Amino acid sequence: MLRIICPFCGERDHSEFTYGGDATVVYPDLSAPVGAWINAVYVRSNPKGPHRERWQHSDGCRLWLIVERDTMTHEIRRVEPARAAIDTLLKEPAR
Amino acid sequence: MLRYSALALLKHAFTGQPWPRAWRDPVPKDTYDAVIVGGGGHGLATAYYLAKEFGIRNVAVLEKGYIGSGNAGRNTTIVRSNYMLPGATEFYDFSLKLWNSLSHELNFNVMFSPRGQILLLHSPDGLDSAARRGNIMRRHGIAAKLLDRAGMQELVPHLDYRPSARFPIWGGLMQPTAGTARHDAVVWAYARAASELGVDIIQNCEVTGFLRERGRVVGVQTSRGTIKAAKVGIAVAGHTSRLGEMAGLRLPIESHLLQAFVSEPLKPLLDYVIGFGGHGHFYISQSDKGGMVFGGDLDMYNSYAQRGNLPVVRDVAALAVSLMPCLGRVRLLRHWAGVMDMTMDGSHVISKTPVDGLYLNGGWCYGGFKATPASGWCFAHLIARDQPDPLSVPFALDRFARGATIDEAGSGPTPRLH
Repeated sequence: MLRIICPFCGERDHSEFTYGGDATVVYPDLSAPVGAWINAVYVRSNPKGPHRERWQHSDGCRLWLIVERDTMTHEIRRVEPARAAIDTLLKEPAR
Repeated sequence: MLRYSALALLKHAFTGQPWPRAWRDPVPKDTYDAVIVGGGGHGLATAYYLAKEFGIRNVAVLEKGYIGSGNAGRNTTIVRSNYMLPGATEFYDFSLKLWNSLSHELNFNVMFSPRGQILLLHSPDGLDSAARRGNIMRRHGIAAKLLDRAGMQELVPHLDYRPSARFPIWGGLMQPTAGTARHDAVVWAYARAASELGVDIIQNCEVTGFLRERGRVVGVQTSRGTIKAAKVGIAVAGHTSRLGEMAGLRLPIESHLLQAFVSEPLKPLLDYVIGFGGHGHFYISQSDKGGMVFGGDLDMYNSYAQRGNLPVVRDVAALAVSLMPCLGRVRLLRHWAGVMDMTMDGSHVISKTPVDGLYLNGGWCYGGFKATPASGWCFAHLIARDQPDPLSVPFALDRFARGATIDEAGSGPTPRLH
């Protein structure tokens, strides 16, 4: 079992999460040339090693997270909320 | 080469002489007409058909480990052709035709056993859609038989037929000509037959880069030195993206883990290959040694680890017991994982690439083993003639850009869902 440290809920089994794929994919502007869209929809780097990927804590807080995980060792190096605003919010001292 | 036959077996039994090695172990030459990267079933089949059907015998197959050590030795050995999208149906049917005569063709018993494969149906609408699939198969000359509940009970009595079953059985779609084959034997058979025709099989030889001349690929750099070749074919499913990267290609592929399982040997229990595609994914057959061989879904995250994770073990075990309650106390002997090339439409790629001299065979998702003969044939055709066989035209790499995807599951560009 992989263990993902959710910034909101703490360390949990990966079976609580849903995998969302490569997080480095950015959809281009709607008016971008079709080649840019083909790349974004179909083409992947598929690295062997560190991989930035999306996971949703679907059986928990339902936050979307960006996880940096090694696709060879499965070691998780970094977890952060997908939305920077939530990251800022979580890092604020409790009021 | 020693021809294998009952007589040869008898003779060796009495003389006690050791069997000669089945394929040569040559030192790599400096130059070949064609180099195939990857000594699995597909790479070896490609080399065999290049030599046998297309007259190109100065060929090397480069394998980074030993032949058949990748997915060729990790699959669940199922051979079927129950596809319904144009392109896939014809391709897999051609493969099945080659399977039928493969043992004779290669003078090696690949233990092809067309025992029949049954897709389980769990609802009335499941029956309807299976009837449609069966009709499409029959239109292409592929045998298909729709079974009702009573028919299923007669053929496979050990499933859970109670109305209260977690997955109530409404029927099944049977392809009587589908079955299993011995996966290692397929690798050895192609290797032996290709070697006999002059193909060099080079093991422990890892490709580390491509030689380029004015943009064209003209050979490979390997752990055993530089090897020049007029044409280079990649058949390394699981690691296709890595080889592509060496050539500057980014591909519509993600690598995912697929686990397989085998139980302790049991007395004959299951005569058919059973597939389950309802709310979950499961397939099971019984090997000739008696082990129940089964598998389920992917691990659902990108990985090259060849090491599966426990949630899938739990899910697959739960499905096994839901469908065949009698397996509840059977002990698991082994489970393992292979790295799948999962493409964006769930179909494979046999194609030229944007790089001259470089040809691509990959993206086999779950379906590589059954495709082995046709894949080798079509890839050999492409490399030898520089034109795809009509059967592999739909599987060109540019189909994604053209919007001509072949998405049998209808899951869209999400590789793990195919």
